[in-house]
Amino acid sequence: MSKESTEPQEGWVFEIPPRLRFLDEEGALVGGAEPPMSDAKAVELYGHMVRARIFDDRLLKLQRQGRIGTFAPSFGQEACQVGSMAALGPQDWFVPAFREAAAALYRGAPMKSILMYAMGFEEGSATPPGARDLPVSIPVGGQAAHAVGLAWAMKRKKDKGIAIVFFGDGASSEGIVYESMNFAGVLRTPVVFFCQNNQWAISTPRRIQTASETIAQKAVAAGIRGIQVDGNDLFAVYAATKEAAEIGRSSGMSTLIEGITFRRGVHTTADDPSVYRTKAEEDAWVKRDPVDRMRKYLTARGVWSDKEQDALESRINAEIQQAVAEAEAFRDSDPDPLAMFDHTVAEMDPYLARQKEEARAALSGRAVLQGATAQKKQGGSSSVVGELQEAE
Amino acid sequence: MSGERITMVQAINRALDEEMTRDPSVMLLGEDVGVDGGVFRVTQGLLAKYGNDRVIDTPLAESAIAGVAVGLAIGGMRPVCEIQFSGFMNYAFEQIQPHSSRFRQRTCGSLTVPMVVRAPSGGGIRALEHHSESEEVMYVHTPGLITLMPSGPRTAYGLMKAALRAKDTVIFFEPKYVYRAIKEEVPVNGDPLPIGKAEIAQAGTDVTIVTWGAMVKRSKEAVKGLPVSVEIVDLLSLNPMDHDAIVASVRKTGRLVVVHEAPRTGGLAGEIYARVCEDAFYHLRAPMMRVCGWDTPFPLLAREAAYLPDTNRIAAAVTKVMRD
Repeated sequence: MSKESTEPQEGWVFEIPPRLRFLDEEGALVGGAEPPMSDAKAVELYGHMVRARIFDDRLLKLQRQGRIGTFAPSFGQEACQVGSMAALGPQDWFVPAFREAAAALYRGAPMKSILMYAMGFEEGSATPPGARDLPVSIPVGGQAAHAVGLAWAMKRKKDKGIAIVFFGDGASSEGIVYESMNFAGVLRTPVVFFCQNNQWAISTPRRIQTASETIAQKAVAAGIRGIQVDGNDLFAVYAATKEAAEIGRSSGMSTLIEGITFRRGVHTTADDPSVYRTKAEEDAWVKRDPVDRMRKYLTARGVWSDKEQDALESRINAEIQQAVAEAEAFRDSDPDPLAMFDHTVAEMDPYLARQKEEARAALSGRAVLQGATAQKKQGGSSSVVGELQEAE
Repeated sequence: MSGERITMVQAINRALDEEMTRDPSVMLLGEDVGVDGGVFRVTQGLLAKYGNDRVIDTPLAESAIAGVAVGLAIGGMRPVCEIQFSGFMNYAFEQIQPHSSRFRQRTCGSLTVPMVVRAPSGGGIRALEHHSESEEVMYVHTPGLITLMPSGPRTAYGLMKAALRAKDTVIFFEPKYVYRAIKEEVPVNGDPLPIGKAEIAQAGTDVTIVTWGAMVKRSKEAVKGLPVSVEIVDLLSLNPMDHDAIVASVRKTGRLVVVHEAPRTGGLAGEIYARVCEDAFYHLRAPMMRVCGWDTPFPLLAREAAYLPDTNRIAAAVTKVMRD
């Protein structure tokens, strides 16, 4: 039985370095920084960010029209998600929380699936064969442990993949997130713990989420690397994730990356941020926007033009239109309202099978599948998920 | 009576407000309970009125919210924890089951944990995954706890008042399907409702429906117009359970239907059947029936209506026990 040392080795950083940044808010390289990727790659990743943003905006409209249910927009967090995923590959496991549509799209999740899930169909969470992607995880923080287990399984199988798990500043307060980092440190299972610190856990600001100066420094106590990056700088996110992945693959060392970003939109479509934060704060983050920043960079490099932007947006809009049509066609194709019975356990016992038949008889001839409803009121008296029925 | 008809959200807010005025040891803690007033606005206005020493936006950690409340309660405070959705209460269960529920018994009554854990529960609002479960049986099955579930604004007000004066930990499930769907007159500075007492939501002679939470309203709707005299027992207090009220009603009607949102197997209907078998068996005129959530995980919104007991299923059960 081989025993691995968990003593620090050379090159492992147990102090938190200064926040990593390549691009300033105007999209200019800061103090002599070299871009970590070619212009062609940068253009490609920019395209992914724009695609995620337009899709997100379309989801919001669909929700307001009552065509999909509640969802958590990724608006403003595209650099964290596209930059990190671009540094990894299909051999690596992707473990999202619930605001990672931009990352999922980059990984190849079909827009149709995301739409179907938002329409309330489990079919939207079905993982394509071979894909190393978990579905969204709404219970806060628990998925961090799954990433450690996935990395452990890969390690046992001598598979060179690592796992990346996303969570937010709020989740960093959950015990399970620390427990998972601690396990990763002890077991030497390579995980990138990606904390998207978007400043707000629903109404709770980062400053009262933890008295810790940074979230990154929580890595120190777990014996893993920690680094803070400008999460609205695609290059910084990419470079930090790439390095974390390389160290993880070669040594089993995990890294906590804290991406400093901002949730530009609502927590979910049933939330009203005007109750708890100011317009001034929101405005301050507009000029730090990750997508605009990259466009300025590419434009200044002479590799991007308005004409190319228009062409990109047209392509994306057509793709979205097609996906919405496909998802709505699924919705209208009379899906089995009792499909939840089929995937409860591998072998349905006779009593569960009897219940399914009872359900079939009880519901026969009635249209019981339901859609979302158009949002009549927002914020103020509403809820943070779902749609409350109002008394007359 | 105030005369004004208010929702359950407003009624719980009123009960909390009045009890905070009456008892300075009452504290509210939870995620988004302060500035946001809670995601369903149940605690709206209370931060402004009582300050952030008593209404606390906590870090996002259900286990610590419940765990520090145990310490607060033993230390002489009266904490009211809000768990944002009962589906996220499982981390808190680790504090509630081994710690909160047991201190009295472990210490021969010398240390007690009079705290309240509030959580929106149940389905029906087209919510996200994990936001619609009914997990009351886990708490009912934990001795040492009081588990309550109101069915409307008036009962929510009275039971919250009772919870805040109880001597043990109270798990207070709020059926979010009827958070704003019912308006009733609710007293101002009114009395607590008794813990452990059911109410007859509708008197009848042919069939007893035992139910609680959002299913009280649904059961009333289901039996409206049926040519059967249905008595609806609104349980309100799930543990302690009003055994006598259930038995008395079934002895009178001879027929029982239990309606609950939670999955059938291991659900409270089984417990109610058992009590009826113990004390009203010879009064039964037909096999008992239960209308429950199916034994599957709670589905996403598209299939929610296929999962939850609906008026058709309830009416069919009532009709069947009359025929049998």
